[in-house]
Amino acid sequence: MMLKLDDVTKEFRIGAFGGKSVTAVRNVSFDLGPGEVVSLIGESGSGKSTIGRMILGLNPVSGGSITFEGRPVRAGKEYYRHVQGIFQDPFSSFNPVFKADRVFGLIKDTYYRTVPGEEWARRVGDSLRDVRLDPGQVLGKYPHQLSGGQLQRLLIARALLLDIKLLVADEITSMLDASTRIDVLNLLADLKARGLGVLYITHDLSLGNYLAERTVVLRRGSVVELGPTERVFGDPLHPYTRELLAAVPRLHQEWADATPVDACLYHARGGTGGLMEAGPGHFVACAGLGTCP
Amino acid sequence: MSLRVSELKVYYRTLKGEVRALDGLSFGLADGEILGLVGESGCGKSTLGKSLIRLDGRMRHAGGTVVLDGEELPIADDRRMNDYRFHQVSLIPQYAMSALNPTRKIRRMVTELLRSRGVTLDTAELESRMSQVGLPREVLDRYPIELSGGMKQRMVMVVSTLLDPSLLIADEVTSALDVSTQKAVARALLGFRDSGYVKSMIFVTHDLALTHHIADTIMVMYAGRLAEKAPADVIVKAPRHPYTRLLLDSLPEVGVRHTDRRLTGIAGSPPSLLDPPAGCRFRDRCPIAGEECAEDPPVAEVAAGHYVACWKA
Repeated sequence: MMLKLDDVTKEFRIGAFGGKSVTAVRNVSFDLGPGEVVSLIGESGSGKSTIGRMILGLNPVSGGSITFEGRPVRAGKEYYRHVQGIFQDPFSSFNPVFKADRVFGLIKDTYYRTVPGEEWARRVGDSLRDVRLDPGQVLGKYPHQLSGGQLQRLLIARALLLDIKLLVADEITSMLDASTRIDVLNLLADLKARGLGVLYITHDLSLGNYLAERTVVLRRGSVVELGPTERVFGDPLHPYTRELLAAVPRLHQEWADATPVDACLYHARGGTGGLMEAGPGHFVACAGLGTCP
Repeated sequence: MSLRVSELKVYYRTLKGEVRALDGLSFGLADGEILGLVGESGCGKSTLGKSLIRLDGRMRHAGGTVVLDGEELPIADDRRMNDYRFHQVSLIPQYAMSALNPTRKIRRMVTELLRSRGVTLDTAELESRMSQVGLPREVLDRYPIELSGGMKQRMVMVVSTLLDPSLLIADEVTSALDVSTQKAVARALLGFRDSGYVKSMIFVTHDLALTHHIADTIMVMYAGRLAEKAPADVIVKAPRHPYTRLLLDSLPEVGVRHTDRRLTGIAGSPPSLLDPPAGCRFRDRCPIAGEECAEDPPVAEVAAGHYVACWKA
C-alpha cells in the first residue's frame, strides 16, 4: 500500500499552560493505494482535517505511525514532490501579490532548476490543459481576477507539475458553486484513472459518495465505520452512519428519520474494542448502545 | 399577498461604475409561504435579502417598490426603515454565529435588545420558544462562547423572531452547519412558520436539495434577475428554464457514482453585472440559445404559479 496509517493518535495540548489535553484523533488505521480515492467523512471536530494535516506532515503524530511507500512521513522537499495538499479556501491559498505564472515559477525554482524555460512553459501549458483551464486566460492574472473554481483547478495543475502520487483534498469544493463543483470532482476522477491516489476529506456525504471507492466515517476522532463506499452508504451498520445519511437532504425523497439499530451486531459477534469486520473489507466499531454489555 | 416586490433595482456603487446586482426583480409572497431563493454566488440572492431589511452604504435603490402587508417599505430610507425592522421584517444573518455580543450573557443581551425597541422581555415566552428549538433555559445564563455553532444559530433564530415579524429573511443559515445540525435548524424554521411566529419567510441558500425540503415555492435567480419561480416540487421535477435544468443535473446525490453516471457542470461563468450584456443573461452558457435570445425574455406565467423567463420554455 502506498499510504498506510497505523493506530494513529493525535493529542493537542490546550489551556493556559498546556495543562489539559484533548485527543483529536484516536487509533485510526486505514490505507490508500495508487489510483484509489478514499473519502474521509465526519462532522466538525471529528478530526478529519487533522488526519489530512498529519499525512501532509504539517502536524506530528502523537502515537502510531503514518508511512508513505514504506517510509515514515518526513516533511521536506522530496516528500512534497509526491504528496500535495489542497485546502478549502482557494482565495487564501494564493499569495495575493503573485501572478499565476509566478506560482508555477516557484515550483520550477524548487524542483526543476535545470529544465529549460521553453520546456517548462510547455509543461505548464500541458498541466493547465489537463485541468481544463485555458493557459491564455489564467496565466498573467492575479488570484483576485480568477474565480474560485479556476483557482482550485490551478492548485491541482500546480500539483500535477510535480511527480505527484497522493493528493490530500481537504474540503476543496465546499466554497464552490454547484455548477462548477462537479467539474472539479470529475477532474479528480480523471486523475484517479491515471493512477493518482486521492484522500478526499469532506463533510458532504453526497460528494464523498460520488468519487470514492472506500469511505471512512469518523466521529470524535475515532473510526466508526470503514469499507467499500457502496456498502457504507448502501447498508450502513453503525447508528451514527445511519443518522448522518438520514440527515442529508435529497431531492426526490422525503427527509427520513434514521432507522434505529435494533440489535448490536458488534457484541452479537463478540467484538471487544477496535473495529470488527462485518463483511469483506467492511469494518464497524462498537456503537455504544444503551443495552450493551 | 403578504409581500409584493415590483421591478426592484438595487445597484452597488463601485469605482468602476454601478454593479446591477438586482436588475428589475418582481415576485410575490403569500401569507404562510416559505420561498426558497437559490442561485450561484453573485446572482443577487443575498442582495435581495439585504435590500428588504437594510441597504448598506454601497447599495443604491435604483427603482421599484416593496409592499409588505399593504404598506410600502421605505427601503431607501435607512431611518424610516427602523420602525419596520424587527417588528415587521426580521433577518437571520449569514454569519449568525458571530451575531451575538460576546461580552454579554444571552439573557442580558436579549433584554437590552428588546429595550432598545421599547419592548419588555417576556421570559416565559422566550423560554417556551427556546424549548421548541431544543435549547434548555440555562442557555440564557451563558456567554455565546459557551454554546456550540448550532446552538448559537438557533438562539439567533429565536431572538430574531421574538416580535413575531411578518417577514423573516434567513440568509444561508445552514451553510456553516453539519448535516445533522442543519436538519434540526431547518425543522426549527418550519416550526416557526407553523406556530405563526413568522407569517412568511424567504430562505436564501445555494443548496437546492435542502430548499426542496423546506420551501413551498422555489425561486431561481440568475445574474440579478428571476430565471424561474414555481412550487418546490415543480422546480425539482419539471423545471422549464434551461438554467434550472442544468443546475439540477450538476447536483451529486448520495447513491450517484461517477462510474455509473457522470454529472456535468455548467460551462462558463455568469456575466459581469457591471455592464451586463443585452438580452438573456444566460445566453452565453445556454445550450439551446437561439436568435430570439438577443432580446430580453419577459417573465411569463406558463402554468398557475409557474413563472419562467425564457423564450424557449
